Amino acid sequence: MTTIPMVRANDVHKSYGVVPVLRGVSLEVRPGEVTCLIGPSGSGKSTFLRCLNHLEQIDAGRIEVGGRLMGYRESGGRLHELREREVLRQRAGIGMVFQHFDLFPHLTVLENLTLAPTVVGGVSREDAVLRGKRLLERVGLLQRGNAYPSQLSGGQQQRVAIARALAMEPSLMLFDEPTSALDPELVGEVLDVMRSLADSGMTMVVVTHEMGFAREVADTVVFMDGGVVVESGPPAQVLGDPQHPRTRAFLAQVR
Amino acid sequence: MQVTETRAPVTAPIRAVPVRRPGRWISGAILVLALVWLARALATNPRLEWSVVGDNLTAGPILRGLVTTLELTVVAMAIGLVLGVLLAIMRLSDNPVARGFAWAYVGLFRGTPLLVQVILWYNLSAIFPNLTIGIPGGPDLAVVDVNLLITPYAAAILGLGLNEAAYLAEIVRSGISSISPGQRQAAAALGLSRRQTMRKIVLPQAMRVIVPPTGNETITMLKMTSIVSVIAMHELLYSAQAIYSQTYQTIPLLIVVSVWYLVVTTLLTVLQSALERRFSRGHTPAGRLSLRSRLAFRPKESR
Repeated sequence: MTTIPMVRANDVHKSYGVVPVLRGVSLEVRPGEVTCLIGPSGSGKSTFLRCLNHLEQIDAGRIEVGGRLMGYRESGGRLHELREREVLRQRAGIGMVFQHFDLFPHLTVLENLTLAPTVVGGVSREDAVLRGKRLLERVGLLQRGNAYPSQLSGGQQQRVAIARALAMEPSLMLFDEPTSALDPELVGEVLDVMRSLADSGMTMVVVTHEMGFAREVADTVVFMDGGVVVESGPPAQVLGDPQHPRTRAFLAQVR
Repeated sequence: MQVTETRAPVTAPIRAVPVRRPGRWISGAILVLALVWLARALATNPRLEWSVVGDNLTAGPILRGLVTTLELTVVAMAIGLVLGVLLAIMRLSDNPVARGFAWAYVGLFRGTPLLVQVILWYNLSAIFPNLTIGIPGGPDLAVVDVNLLITPYAAAILGLGLNEAAYLAEIVRSGISSISPGQRQAAAALGLSRRQTMRKIVLPQAMRVIVPPTGNETITMLKMTSIVSVIAMHELLYSAQAIYSQTYQTIPLLIVVSVWYLVVTTLLTVLQSALERRFSRGHTPAGRLSLRSRLAFRPKESR
């Protein structure tokens, strides 16, 4: 219990113009834990995820990842914005997987995996290729290294996207509705990869509509609605015995 | 043919008599006749002086003019591309001053005729007689006479290159804007800087959108260089003019010029389609088809 949380978000606020999206979200994720964020669309869960690696700036509150304040440096009782280089260094330790995969279509699968390690991580080309092949094997796509993303199915693309994020050897993985854009029969293969990643001890924050995955893999399920955390706890409690009427209403709809 | 694959193998493929299209035969015949008549009229017309065309096609001044035309095209396009990419990035930047500058540049250079711009550059000394390098408010280090600086070549390069930059800026901008924001976001999440994202992710993909119109711009530029003949720049057209102003063989020499422009634009068109295939990697399987298979005759399926 004395370990530093991997993620600590405290009273995070964020609005787009005058529209508030996050209205005081607090959350802790311990190392090795899998946290699933569920909730209706527009509840702010994806925005919150994007705040965790500073793709979005927050208006109030604070976010620490691995004990380090994201996006700012504190000195003399004031916050100073970090330079791009420092933000990027923080971000490189956090892997992210998107709903629409967003693989780089002009690069082969293997090149997608070696780009960031060589360009950002200073890894040699040979080492990056070795690492890339190891990761492709891990997601079951070793033979497709020379294919272009457009030649793969959606499920295969998302597995490549997971491998691409892992290539930077992150200590935290963020998943933004990783199976929402997939045909139903392709969801399973992606969830399998995520499940084995969780089993290997990766800290994960997953925005998802897959209640089965949340129930089975998550250590904590967080239900968000209207920009706040309505209810959180172990999956058996939140999904099996929800206390809040809004949670019950949502779960009744997705079932 | 796909029908036979999905149905039972006993079903025979359709062998229908195609619809007769007499209109096609008639219109085709009329066109061929018209072309034959035109070819005969041109070939047998003594005023075209085909022998003069043949003699001048590889004449020294004409070839030197052709080399100058090619040189102007390459240098002006190079300047246009470098400035165009810069202007496009400025136009899309978060800095309002950079955005405003690029906007004004494009507006100014696209909004005035190239011919006017070329003549203005040529007469730059009428606006700024001297170019002074020095410390503002302090001593002058060097004073250069602008009249000596602005040769016809310098004016031609400035006029063509700076004008082209405005057009290429818009082409590059549309290419950059065509890349989905998800690509930048994915690159940012991996820790790539904006600069790295632009170089490794955005521009290589934008090339697919940028190359075809830039090929057209190059072909247009090749022909537009003839405009600088007005400032006595010895490019292809001016070289021909210099000859026919003495021999009065105006038409044959204009044909010589046209032949050379046609040869080079044809070569550029082949080069362009090769480049397009190179930059469509990962997009369409058709992008990897060879030129030969693209040109190959493919009969239309009867409907």
